[in-house]
Amino acid sequence: MKFDRPATANPIDRGRVVGIAHDRIEGAAKVTGTAPYAYERHDAAPNAAYGWIVGSAIAKGRIAAMDLTAAEVAPGVLGVVTHQNAGPLGKGNMNTAHLLGGPAVEHYDQAVALVIADTLENARDAARLLRIDYRAEQGRFDLAADRDRAAKPEDGFGGPADTSAGDFDAAFGRAAVQIDQSYTTPDQSHAMMEPHATTAAWNGDRLTLWTSNQMVAWAVGDMARTLKIPKDRIRVVSPYVGGGFGGKLFLRADALLAALGARAVGRPVKVAIARSQIPNNTTHRPATIQRIRIGADKDGVIDAIAHEVWSGDLPGGEPETAAMQTRLLYRGDHRRTAHRLATLDLPEGNAMRAPGEAVGMLALEVAMDELAETCGVDPVELRIRNDVQYDPEVGPKRPFSSRKFVECLRQGAARFGWEQRDSRPGQKRDGRWLVGMGMAAAFRNNLVASSGARVGVDAQGRVTVETDMTDIGTGSYTIIGQTAAEMMGVPLEAVTVRLGDSRFPVSSGSGGQFGGNSSTAGVYAACVALRTKLAERAGFPAEQVIFEDGLLRLGNQSRPLAAVAGPDGLWAEDRIEFGDLTERYAQATFGAHFCEVGVDIDTAEVRIRRMGGAFAAGRILNPKSARSQVIGAMTMGAGAALMEELQVDTRFGFFVNHDMAEYVVPVHADIPEQDVLFVEELDDKSSPMKAKGVGELGICGAGAAIANAIYNATGIRLRDYPLTIDKLIERAEGSALA
Amino acid sequence: MDAVELTVNGRDVHLQLDPRTTLLDALREHLHLTGTKKGCDHGQCGACTVIVEGRRINSCLTLAVMHEGENVTTIEGLGSPDNLHPMQRAFVTHDGYQCGYCTPGQICSAVAMLEEIAADIPSHATQDLGEVEFSDAELRERMSGNICRCAAYPNIIAAIRDVAGEGEA
Ligand code: FES
Ligand code: FES
Repeated sequence: MKFDRPATANPIDRGRVVGIAHDRIEGAAKVTGTAPYAYERHDAAPNAAYGWIVGSAIAKGRIAAMDLTAAEVAPGVLGVVTHQNAGPLGKGNMNTAHLLGGPAVEHYDQAVALVIADTLENARDAARLLRIDYRAEQGRFDLAADRDRAAKPEDGFGGPADTSAGDFDAAFGRAAVQIDQSYTTPDQSHAMMEPHATTAAWNGDRLTLWTSNQMVAWAVGDMARTLKIPKDRIRVVSPYVGGGFGGKLFLRADALLAALGARAVGRPVKVAIARSQIPNNTTHRPATIQRIRIGADKDGVIDAIAHEVWSGDLPGGEPETAAMQTRLLYRGDHRRTAHRLATLDLPEGNAMRAPGEAVGMLALEVAMDELAETCGVDPVELRIRNDVQYDPEVGPKRPFSSRKFVECLRQGAARFGWEQRDSRPGQKRDGRWLVGMGMAAAFRNNLVASSGARVGVDAQGRVTVETDMTDIGTGSYTIIGQTAAEMMGVPLEAVTVRLGDSRFPVSSGSGGQFGGNSSTAGVYAACVALRTKLAERAGFPAEQVIFEDGLLRLGNQSRPLAAVAGPDGLWAEDRIEFGDLTERYAQATFGAHFCEVGVDIDTAEVRIRRMGGAFAAGRILNPKSARSQVIGAMTMGAGAALMEELQVDTRFGFFVNHDMAEYVVPVHADIPEQDVLFVEELDDKSSPMKAKGVGELGICGAGAAIANAIYNATGIRLRDYPLTIDKLIERAEGSALA
Repeated sequence: MDAVELTVNGRDVHLQLDPRTTLLDALREHLHLTGTKKGCDHGQCGACTVIVEGRRINSCLTLAVMHEGENVTTIEGLGSPDNLHPMQRAFVTHDGYQCGYCTPGQICSAVAMLEEIAADIPSHATQDLGEVEFSDAELRERMSGNICRCAAYPNIIAAIRDVAGEGEA
């Protein structure tokens, strides 16, 4: 099904199942521990041996020699895989560095060997017996030091590296009010709870991987490219993913080494990347330096806006596209965005939840707070004044498909009690706490991706959906079930959903908050095809038949769905293909974040007291899981604001705090009640579901609202994330904290 | 290899184990009770929480041989898909999870934690050390060893309140 014209009325609009809050259909499996994750496939690979990854001890250089003897004769050891015996390997399209290093080493903790043994204990112990002789080379590890060496990257995933409209320099120069500030965000780690893990088994020349991956088809393709074997010999199974956040978009070392290990020892092998290896072995969100300039009139109306971003990555890597939202969020005839990329030898930078916007909004929305204060305009009102209903780089000929930004700002402010805020910082005290309120916009692009599914009805009228879509906690199982139930006119309980298997039709996968809308649109397309087949079989005209209550209805005639499907059942497959509506219309999701913090008058400890927001993301398919997505993302935004930072050792080129004790993320005690309001919206240009993405919107701007609340509480404006106690104390003099 | 006898979810089990085997790996790799999760293997995340002799512990941080003759309850021992424990049901009702990977640990932790409150065992958040008062602050403090990166935190607290019969905050 081609989606190239705005959606008209369709069965989803009935809203009997879609749009209603449902418990997750896989919930019982998750809460009883019976949902099988990748390292737990005793059912599928009962005799799997254990692989332990050995990571490089240098960041850049070469392996001069490897002595495996001691490891090979250690108790229980079945084999050791290194570059010397792995055979010729290619590299996946999505990988920047090789997943198995050697002799060249591209980053610290790059896998250089896999030790396979009969037990985990033996494999881990033998891994320490490898003797590797390295020749280290000088690498570049410091973004700030290499900023001036950064070059314009090739146009990438998010569009061109640079954009401009009007004459920014002239307009900024003559503006009555000028904001010109720089902000920094650190390297961050996904820190999903389930480590990357794979169980691999060969059957002749056929490989099966039970793995934890967001994008099944990408994993198949990149494994084929890396092993240099045809794609059709590889099966990838990923029904449960214990969190991804972008860290499991790609084939990683666990999958490749499990496959190589299983081939080497002639039996299934399972590999999990050890927690302490994850930050340096896998990908991370790269640090940024951002400069924002805004020229406005004295009422805060923007005439000129520029956002420049510097980030680093390995050779061949990509920039962190932190200026993306600035292209679309606010008005202004004169504008410029630019991304510059430095070559660094740190581990591979790549996508983490809302790549671009998550850190771009940390800067832009603090700059907007600074503009509001300079102009003496309320921050909510400032954003309303700068609303624009079309792509401001292109003009009115490219309108937004739907933009309920102002509604989010107004409804969110009313719900939070924003009018109680004193705009003068440092005014409110509650015992030992300085109390402040802050807000920020939420913005995330709406991406769409082609997605396929097949749907069947059996002789009992039970509906089954199969697609290689993944559920990484996002609620895919349930919204896909809801979509099929709505389309086929059956209750949700009558639908079985099977996900995450490369034997099923290729879906959008989970990433970039495109998965929910795209994959359900693919299921919609398959259901339309199945409805047509069923109508034909029943002898009804397909356009007029209504599917409801387990029946096909035409006027006062009806036939049971089960009977029409017949004893053998009936299946149909289709996919949704998106036309140029995303080009003709700017498509994005919007919201407004509000936050109240307390800052301890003596210790400068920051406590979040309340968080709330209003969000518009098209049709909300399952309000229950959508709300969870938003609060989870808000919490990750709180982590970015207050604590998350991979500390770089600029001498040896690695992240020092590489585990869950030292890379701190929010815990229960950090997070208070969180309020989420969904503003009603149907976006007919996004998909037949009239939905948009919602999984990443909640992180975009959440941290800036916290930063602005800290400013309101203390009068201290911090621009270098995370906003930790030491930075507040350093600036305490002359503030309300003094 | 050492012989170890445990009672796991009410069943006596006899294992021959490498003394280096953690209780977590004994459960997951030897007894195939994979409901208990491994998030860090270093006592940093809480995903491996089980109840041993009535107390919640990180099963990755203790060796199986140290628990000779002890009673271990895992998520599988609390309930099954057809017969959910009230805490399991409350997690489903309140959407106290997303990816599900921290979930068994959160649930085991929550079940044992409520007994700690009932037994007046104080925490950092306790005001009157003699008598623990039920509050969200108590729950959040006591559950902070169980990280949820999906961050279902407010929903988990709502689920625990529900089971404790404490309703809304
Ligand atoms: S796996 Fe035991 S605390 Fe993380
Ligand atoms: S549900 Fe994913 S980590 Fe808690």
